Amino acid sequence: MREKILVGLAGLAGLLLVRNLYVMLLELPDEAAQGAIYRIIFFHVPAAWTAFVCFFVALVASVLYLLRKNLRYDAVAVSATEVGLAFGAVNLVTGMIWARIIWGIWWTWDARLTSMLVCWLLYAGYLMLRRAVEDPTLRARFAAVFSIFAFVDVPIVWFSIKWWRTQHPGPVVWGGGSMDPAMYQMLFLNWVPVLLLGAVLTLLRMRLEETQRAVEALRQFR
Amino acid sequence: MDERNFMFMFYGFAAAWLILAGYVISLVRREKVLKRQLEQLRRMLEHQEETP
Repeated sequence: MREKILVGLAGLAGLLLVRNLYVMLLELPDEAAQGAIYRIIFFHVPAAWTAFVCFFVALVASVLYLLRKNLRYDAVAVSATEVGLAFGAVNLVTGMIWARIIWGIWWTWDARLTSMLVCWLLYAGYLMLRRAVEDPTLRARFAAVFSIFAFVDVPIVWFSIKWWRTQHPGPVVWGGGSMDPAMYQMLFLNWVPVLLLGAVLTLLRMRLEETQRAVEALRQFR
Repeated sequence: MDERNFMFMFYGFAAAWLILAGYVISLVRREKVLKRQLEQLRRMLEHQEETP
């Protein structure tokens, strides 16, 4: 049953992505000032939103773990964090490629870029912390506390372009910026398959965590 | 400029998919290793139970 849900979600995400790629490459026009490269926004922004959703899921699961001490919540937290990191990497790398053309530089230490990099490094630290602790219960407790602490950076990343003057442009969505309605619609339409992909990867990673726990349990009997 | 602009758009798309594909490959590889370990441990425990 779970396998069928995974295949169904992945198939749906694939179909939507193919449809969206067709529209964004062949139907939407180039942007007047940026040309073709603006299309990176359709992956750059949904990747960031998906990463933040994953980190939020990890936050909720971490709080629930601390309250209920059920290792299943810990499995959800680590799975969502790892998938969030993958999407965070997509956001950072696509942003750098876009910046190279538009700003003429790969990177600048402005508030948005720096806070996103710090966010990524914090969650990478979460995974490193987990590797350093062997006892599963202790590991889950330390990781849950760390995850709650790391989430503090997410609103800083989100609001950095409102709070400070940055090289990164101001918010296009929920913040006064403007965009052609067809492009604006595509931004959200492409978030759907990207988010679905995030859900599929999280479920796959949870299955891996279950196998990992079975291996750890059997090792104790050995 | 236009050609470079177009090229970098594809670099961006390719980078996004390569990162996700790399992550999926790492998941598959880790699952294979863990399943092998699980099988070995099960066999080892069965063997231990059989021998007095």
